[in-house]
Amino acid sequence: MPEQVYYEDIEVGSEIPALVKYPTTMQLVKYAGASGDYYQIHYDKDFALANRLPGVIVHGWLALSFLGQMVTHWLGKEGTLLRLNGSYRGMNKVHEDLICNGKVTKKYGEDGRNLARLEIWAENPQGDKTVTGNAIVTLPSRG
Amino acid sequence: MSEEPVISEELESLLNVEFGPDVYEIEKGMVRKFAEAIEDDNPAWQEVAPPTFPAALVPTELLHRLFNAKTPLTRLLNGSSDLEYLQPIKVGDTISVTAKLTRLRQVAGQEGPTLFMFTEVTYTNQRGEVAVKGKNTYIKY
Repeated sequence: MPEQVYYEDIEVGSEIPALVKYPTTMQLVKYAGASGDYYQIHYDKDFALANRLPGVIVHGWLALSFLGQMVTHWLGKEGTLLRLNGSYRGMNKVHEDLICNGKVTKKYGEDGRNLARLEIWAENPQGDKTVTGNAIVTLPSRG
Repeated sequence: MSEEPVISEELESLLNVEFGPDVYEIEKGMVRKFAEAIEDDNPAWQEVAPPTFPAALVPTELLHRLFNAKTPLTRLLNGSSDLEYLQPIKVGDTISVTAKLTRLRQVAGQEGPTLFMFTEVTYTNQRGEVAVKGKNTYIKY
């Protein structure tokens, strides 16, 4: 785990360290089993092509899981995730990089807690944003 | 609008009807399997569920009805997901999942009529506390 990040360390515009994932067909099968989502567009290429998709595509929930991984890794042991959301705007294909990014868009105190709002997004290697969303987190204070 | 309507009476009859609960015992193995599947080795996930784990706690009846409702649209995609965390989901918890369809919306998409189905899912633990509030949008096109 990285060093703990504190509320005092961040400002609007601070970037969350990017996380690069490389989903494979095997990972999609594992995710299907673990989540119970057996929709064939995620592992059956013939089915996906018949649905006029470019091939099997990454589950939206799996791409959002990667974004959640990026955020919770950054939060460390003392930060907490209050909200995570994503809109699935494009498709991530297998066997190519899926790049997770985030940055702080707001920091504020509320109910005695130190909160931050993050813009989060996933990109494919062409730079298209395939998932866009937000996270709301609490961070510990050095004070 | 010249497009054929794709919102059937069958779908409309599901609006604001609560389905469930589906009751899930949160076993250590299922959380570990989920963390392995998303390839997230954070040691916290040995006891606490990772953020998107509610995806595995499926509101089965509502989704079955939504995905199998008769409509001229045959293709399905997930449109968006939103999770609000109120209590951690931990190994050993029992989570009851209820869900409802809150809104149907037909739009003219690039590939013809497109139907957005908006759902809300509530994940409640064994103490009666709402652990997670979820929203998910499904797209038929």
